[in-house]
Amino acid sequence: MNGAHVLEANQLVKRFGDFTAVKEVSFAIDQGESFGFLGPNGAGKTSTMRMISAVSQPSSGRLSIFGLDPRTHGPEIRARLGVVPQEDTLELELSVRLNLEMFGRYFDLPRKLLRERASELLEFAQLSDRANDKVDNLSGGMKRRLTIARALINRPELLILDEPTTGLDPQARHLLWERLYRLKREGVTLIITTHYMDEAEQLCDRLVVMDHGTFVAEGAPRELIASHSTREVVELRFSTDSHEGLHDRLAPFARRVEVLPDRILLYVDEGDDTLREIHAAGIAPTSALVRRSSLEDVFLRLTGRTLVD
Amino acid sequence: MLTREIPRFGSRRSYHIVERNFTVYRSQWLMLVSGFFEPLFYLLSIGIGLNHLVGNITVGGRIVTYATFVAPGMLATSAMNGAMIDSIFNTFFRLKISHAYEAVLATPLEVTDVALGEVWWALARASIYAASFITCMVLLGDSPSYWVVLCWPAAILTSLAFSCVGLAACTYIRSWQDFDLVALVQLPLFLFSATFFPISLYPKWLGVIVSFSPLYQSATLLRGFSLGQLDWMMILRATYLVAIAGAGLWLAARRFRSILLP
Repeated sequence: MNGAHVLEANQLVKRFGDFTAVKEVSFAIDQGESFGFLGPNGAGKTSTMRMISAVSQPSSGRLSIFGLDPRTHGPEIRARLGVVPQEDTLELELSVRLNLEMFGRYFDLPRKLLRERASELLEFAQLSDRANDKVDNLSGGMKRRLTIARALINRPELLILDEPTTGLDPQARHLLWERLYRLKREGVTLIITTHYMDEAEQLCDRLVVMDHGTFVAEGAPRELIASHSTREVVELRFSTDSHEGLHDRLAPFARRVEVLPDRILLYVDEGDDTLREIHAAGIAPTSALVRRSSLEDVFLRLTGRTLVD
Repeated sequence: MLTREIPRFGSRRSYHIVERNFTVYRSQWLMLVSGFFEPLFYLLSIGIGLNHLVGNITVGGRIVTYATFVAPGMLATSAMNGAMIDSIFNTFFRLKISHAYEAVLATPLEVTDVALGEVWWALARASIYAASFITCMVLLGDSPSYWVVLCWPAAILTSLAFSCVGLAACTYIRSWQDFDLVALVQLPLFLFSATFFPISLYPKWLGVIVSFSPLYQSATLLRGFSLGQLDWMMILRATYLVAIAGAGLWLAARRFRSILLP
C-alpha cells in the first residue's frame, strides 16, 4: 500500500429503518496502525465494524478498503481481511483443528498449506494439545483464542476485532494482548472495539470515542487523557451520607469536582499536593486515593455515567 | 473503467458449503446411513403390506400390482421429505442458532454462494438416496420398464424443487415451534397428492387442485418412467418443478440477504 491508507471512510451512514446507527463518520487508518473504537453499548461500534468488514453495505457515504469499493469488490476485500466477531461463531460439531482448516477452504487455500498453517496457529493460540477436541468442550478463553486464530488463517493484512476480550479472565486477556502485540509487530493493521479502557490504552495507537452514532473524541490515548481530563485524580470518601454538601468546600482545590454517591473525584494536576492542601484546610476524608487519570475518566466524561441499556 | 459484473447467482465458491457440510456430517455418518434404510422401510411396509389388501390396479389402461403403482409415489415422497428436512431443519440451525453462516460471510463467499451451496449439498445427498431407492425398486421387481433409469434425474429434480422451497421457507421460521407449521403443509401434501392412489378416484374439482401439488407432478412423472408410459405432459411436469425450484431459490437468496446482511 506504500503509505496509503488501508481504510478510508467518508461521511459513512448506517440506517436500519427509521433508526440511524452510524451518523456521517469519517476516518482513515494507516498501514500497521492499531485503531480503537470505544463507546458504550449501542453507540454504533458494531454497525461500523460490519461495514468495514465488507459484510454490510453503508446506507450512504464512501468507504474504501485497500483502495477498493466494498460494494463492487466484496469478495476481493474479504479475502485480505480477518474478522473476529463479538460472539464466537465456531463450528461446534467440528474439532479445533478442522475449524481452522475448514475456514481456510473458504479462502480457496489448498489443503496442504492449511494443514501447515493450522499447526502454526494452534501453537500461536496455545491450543496444540487440544487440536482434536470438539470445540464444544473448550473453555470460553480457548474458544476466543481459536476464533482469533481462525481469523488469521488467510494471513490478513487487516484484522478487525469486535470486543475481543469480553468475558475473559485476566490471564486469558493478557495472553490475547500479547498475541495481538506480536501481530502488530509483524505489520498487521488492527481495528479493535472495546469497552475496557485499559485494553484501549494498551493496544491502540489511536482511537475514537463513539456515542449515539457519532465520534465524540479522537486521538492517541495519552492525548485524549490530556485534553479531556487532568493528569491525576484524587478519590475521597467521607463518613457522612451527604457528599453533596462537600462539593463547594472542595471546589477551590481542583479543576473539576465530581460527586458520586459513594465518593468524590477531584481532577487535579498534582494529587499529593492537593491532598496536603485539603488536610491543611481541616477537611478529613476517611480514605483518600491518588491515581493517574485513565481513559476511563475520559470515557465517562464524554459518554456520561448513566447506564445505556 | 470496469463495468459492473453481470449479477450472477452464486459462484464456484458455493462448493465450499458442500465441503463444509460433508466435513461436519463425516463425524455423524449414522445420519447419512439412515437415509439408505428409508426406501426399504417404505417399500416393504406400504408396498408389500398393502399389496396383499389392494391387489391389482389399472394405470393408463394397464394392470399392475399395487406395489408397482405405489413405489414411484414413495420415491417422490422420500425425495420431498429428505429435501425438506435438510433445507428447513438444518439450515434453520445454521442460520439462526449456531450462526455458522455469519462466519462464512466474513470470507470471500457471498450470500448467494451460501444459498446455492446448500442446494448443491441437498442435491448430492438426494442423488445418492434416490439411486439406492431406485435400486431397491428394481430388485423388488416394482418397476417393469428400463425407462426407470430416468427416475433418477426426475427424483433429483424433485429434491431440487423442494429444497429450494424449503430454503425459502426456513427463513420465515422464528422458533422451533414453527416446525409444526411445516408439518401442517407437508402432511396434506403427502396425503392428497395421489401418491398412493390414482388421482382419477378424486372428484374432478379436487383433481384440479391436486394437480398444482408439486408432489403430485413429481409422483406422476416418476410413475411414467417407472412403468415406461411416456407422454408429452412429462415435459410440462418437469418444467413446473424447475419453475418452482427457480422461484424458491430466488426468494431464499433475497431472504438470506435480509437476515444475514441487515
